[in-house]
This record gives sequence, C-alpha cells and structure tokens, in this order.
Amino acid sequence: MIEERFDAIVVGAGPSGNAAAYTMAKEGLKVLQLERGEYPGSKNVQGAILYADALEKIIPDFREDAPLERHVIEQRLWTMDNGSHVGMHYRSDDFNEERPNRYTIIRAQFDRWFSGKVREAGAVLLCETTVTELLRDTAGRVIGVRTDRGGGTAFADIVILGEGVNGLVGQRAGLRPELKPDTVALAVKEMHFLPRETIEARFNLKGNEGVVIEAMGTITDGMTGTGFLYTNQESISIGIGCIVSDFTESNRTPYGLLEAFKRHPSVQPLLEGSECKEYVAHLIPEGGYNAMPQLYGDGWIVVGDAGQFVNAVHREGSNLAMTTGRIAAETVVWLKRRREELSKGNLAEYQRRLEETFVMKDMKKYRKIPDFLHHNKHFFNLYPKLLSGAAQTWFRVDGVDKRTKEKQIFQSFRAGRKLTGLIGDAFKLARSWR
Amino acid sequence: MMNIGEAGGTAPVKVEERLFQNRYMVDAGRPHIRIRPHETPSKALLAMTRLCPAGCYSVNDRGQVEAVVDGCVECGTCRVVTAQTGELEWNYPRGGFGVLFKFG
Ligand SMILES: Cc1cc2nc3c(=O)[nH]c(=O)nc-3n(C[C@H](O)[C@H](O)[C@H](O)COP(=O)(O)OP(=O)(O)OC[C@H]3O[C@@H](n4cnc5c(N)ncnc54)[C@H](O)[C@@H]3O)c2cc1C
Ligand code: SF4
Repeated sequence: MIEERFDAIVVGAGPSGNAAAYTMAKEGLKVLQLERGEYPGSKNVQGAILYADALEKIIPDFREDAPLERHVIEQRLWTMDNGSHVGMHYRSDDFNEERPNRYTIIRAQFDRWFSGKVREAGAVLLCETTVTELLRDTAGRVIGVRTDRGGGTAFADIVILGEGVNGLVGQRAGLRPELKPDTVALAVKEMHFLPRETIEARFNLKGNEGVVIEAMGTITDGMTGTGFLYTNQESISIGIGCIVSDFTESNRTPYGLLEAFKRHPSVQPLLEGSECKEYVAHLIPEGGYNAMPQLYGDGWIVVGDAGQFVNAVHREGSNLAMTTGRIAAETVVWLKRRREELSKGNLAEYQRRLEETFVMKDMKKYRKIPDFLHHNKHFFNLYPKLLSGAAQTWFRVDGVDKRTKEKQIFQSFRAGRKLTGLIGDAFKLARSWR
Repeated sequence: MMNIGEAGGTAPVKVEERLFQNRYMVDAGRPHIRIRPHETPSKALLAMTRLCPAGCYSVNDRGQVEAVVDGCVECGTCRVVTAQTGELEWNYPRGGFGVLFKFG
C-alpha cells in the first residue's frame, strides 16, 4: 500500500487517535493514521460534552476555530420516577469565563476539525481504510498493519491502537479479551433541532450559554443506566444508555426506552416542536479499572475506549481518550529521542506516566462502582420513587401536620427497604466511592 | 396519561421511522454481519431481535433468526452479546461503507 516506513501508525481518528497522531507529528515523527470512516467522525458518537482541559494540553488555542456549541453554565442532575423528577441544579456565572471549562460539541464536526489539525501538523491520514490485522515479526513484535485496501500493508516502529470500544484489531490479535455484556453500556441518541431563540428561552440562556442534564431513575426501567439531554446552538442531544447484560434480561428495546424518556412529562416540553435529524447508537466501555486490559506490548500501545478509559460516573471519556493518546505519543517521542527500542519493557513508561495523572487516579478511585451499581438496582428503581414520593408529601399542603408528614416519609422508606438495607446501601456506596 | 410505549403503554415504537433520517453507503451484496446457519437460535441471538438498536434482527417462520443489516449503526452490541455462542460472523463494513453520521 504505502512503501515508505513510518515512525508510527495510528489506528482510528477519534479523540484518542487524533491526540496521539497530532502530538507525534508535531514533534516531527512520520505518522500514518488510518480511519475506516469516509471522514473522521462519520462513525463516532458522543453526548457530547467536551472537557477543555484535556484538549488545551494538546492544542492550547483550540477555542479560536474549533466547532464548539455552547459553554456549560448550568448542570442539572435529575432523579426521575414515571411522572416527576427531583433535581439538583447548579448554575453559576463563574462559568461565563474567558476560557470556559466545558462545552457541548457535535462529534462528527469536532472530529473533522481535530483531524484537520492533525494533518496540518504533518501526519498522513487515509480514510475509508479499515485495518484488518496487526503484522508481527518472527519474535512476535508488532511491526505494522494490514488494511482492506486491496490487502495493502504499512510498517512502523509502533502501532497506536485508538480503535474505540469495538476494538476488533487488538482483540483479534489477542492483545485484550472480548468485551463482556456486563461491562459495556449500549446508548441510543437523537439530535433534535429547534431555533436558537427557542432553546435559549426554554433553558433560560443567553448567547452561547448552555445547560446539560444527567438523569437517572425509572427511565431505565430497573436497569443500570442513565439518560442525558444537552443543549447545542440549534439542537438538543438526547439519549439514554444501559448496561448490555441488563438489556438482554429486560423486555425493553433501546429505542422504546428513549421514546419513553422523550415523552416523560419533565422532558417532553423541552423538545416540543423539534425536528429529529439523526438517530445513532454506540457502546460505552463501563467496566472501569477492573476491566482494563494490558495497555502496551512489543511495538504497540492502546489508548482511549479500546483500553476501557471511561469514567462512567462522571461521564468522562473523550478527555481520557485525548489524555491517553497524548501521553502514549509523548512516551514514544521520548523513547525515540533517547534511541531506545519501543519494546514492552520500555513502553511500561506509558503506564507509569498515566499513573501520575487524573486518568489512572480516577480509574482506581471508582474501581468498585461499576460492580456496585450492577448489584444494587434499587438506586435506579426504588430510591428515585421513594425520593419523589417524599418530595411530594413534603411540598403538598393538605392539612396534614409536618410531624405526621415526616413520619409518612420515613415509613415509606422503611416499607420500601428495610432499615438495615438502607443503612447498608449508604455504607456500601460510601465504600465504593472512597 | 402519556403513552410510554411497549411494556408500559400502547403503540409499539417503530425503529424504521428513525433510521430513514440516517445516511448509509450500503455495500450491496456484501453484508458485514452474517448469522451462521442454525436450527434453533440461542437465547442470546434471540434477544437481538429486541435489543438491536436498528432492528436488524427478526425471527422467520421456522423459528430461526435472520438479519438484514442495511440499517445497522455499527454499535457492536450483537457481537458482544453472541460472543460466547459464536453464532455471528461480525466485521466492520469495508472502508467507507456503512453508516455515515452527520452529527454523531
Ligand atoms: C452516547 C455517548 C455519550 C457520551 N458522552 C460523553 C461526553 O459527554 N463526554 C465525554 O468526554 N465522553 C462521552 N462519551 C465517551 C466518548 O465518546 C468516548 O470515550 C470517546 O469517543 C473515545 O474516543 P476514542 O478515540 O478512544 O474512540 P472513538 O471515538 O470510538 O474512535 C475510534 C475511531 O477508530 C476508528 N476505527 C475503529 N476500528 C478501526 C479499524 N479497524 N480501522 C480503521 N479505523 C478504525 C473508528 O471509525 C473511529 O473513528 C460518550 C459516549 C457515548 C456513546
Ligand atoms: S452492530 Fe448494532 S446496529 Fe448493527 S446489527 Fe448489531 S446490534 Fe444492530
């Protein structure tokens, strides 16, 4: 396919692959990047909230031309039952800062922009090219890739795998095990278009201010999962996702769940009159630290979703993807400068560097959470109902005295779950959180 | 009361209506997912008739599961769910083919 040898081959042009390719090309390495989509982003899905910090460390002045939708000034967390929600809203004018911290984005547009920067930095990008396998030498070290462009091959000193959650190349090469249904979530999402002014009026916004909503409760019908609704300039992203093994046990369809979420009385007025222009689905690796595979080997490194780098509790993925991509690239550049081999032993430096960052610290902090939520379904079903019932008892003025109301609320919790269970849940949650 | 669809309500939610908004480059005659011939589908494969977000799977009158993957959004759920049973041969579409997200 391509005769010349490269310093590095990057598989995938999502945030992890782009961060890696950009960082290496910028440092003068000869980089080949391969992407199976017609253009970068054409296969990719995100909510999408972009965390500025991770991108700033790669492209400090990204705000000048990146396709950003709105900067987030208000976060809503909703616990929902069938007809109500209990919300925690945090809105602050501090988020109207010169360099805002979080933005909503549209991934297909964002990935294209990022990819433009990668090419400007000097990397060679080939789209419409699916990598089909890794090539190895007799000693087993990875030396290149085979593609579906007439079976063409390309060779490099290192292959960086930023191939996303469905990482077939690495899996088939035996670098990591197949995903398990209880460690991935299936999310479906729609893009709903509305005039700018309508969005601003409905969400109490001006200019480029934005609101994001994360929701949990009976909307997932007892499954471990969450819903989200984000404001873009002229559209609203709405989606819902649950752990795949929960889906297989339930009688719900993903689109049925999304439809019910959209028609929830707390959500429906926000979408009223909108036009849906796209429906997408994607997996999210949610197994956390305990599901993480080996991250490097002789001639290869894995970055982003392919390495399970997602913090599901905080809905962070793209920033971990960019950070792992950048650090993998920096490690490669560093080793090359020192004329060291890109062997498994030397590439351990990648993991060492990751351990120093928020990436590994957070992955470790939340290592027990995926399992905890999987086995404590009342957080998604029972508690939201109890919470809503309690709020309603408390706020409804109906001649019942407040002490009696307190008792009713307490009893509803006791009836829903034994006191020992309640205390146990709080205790277990605190322990997993630690 | 609002209709909440399927389990909780009345009208079933049709997935086809959603998919026609999407853009695809169909690789005619070369489906990227194939079901291995079977007499009776496993519970996992059968679950895909409900679980596939693009509604690609259905049961024929002999009780076997069939797939038409033109509307596939390439999420990989069916691959993960049937990994243990080995009933599917799952590959990415050839480079450039398959779904094309405008927004993602
Ligand atoms: C519904 C949803 C909402 C989310 N919301 C957020 C959010 O708000 N904020 C956040 O930070 N994260 C969010 N995430 C997570 C985030 O999207 C991911 O963590 C991130 O996209 C991972 O980046 P990546 O580069 O590792 O993988 P991807 O973005 O999946 O990129 C992988 C790339 O590799 C290409 N590829 C794969 N295999 C091959 C091959 N064999 N040959 C050639 N190319 C190949 C793909 O086409 C793709 O372009 C969300 C995810 C989902 C699904
Ligand atoms: S990959 Fe996803 S959309 Fe495609 S057939 Fe499988 S489950 Fe359906």
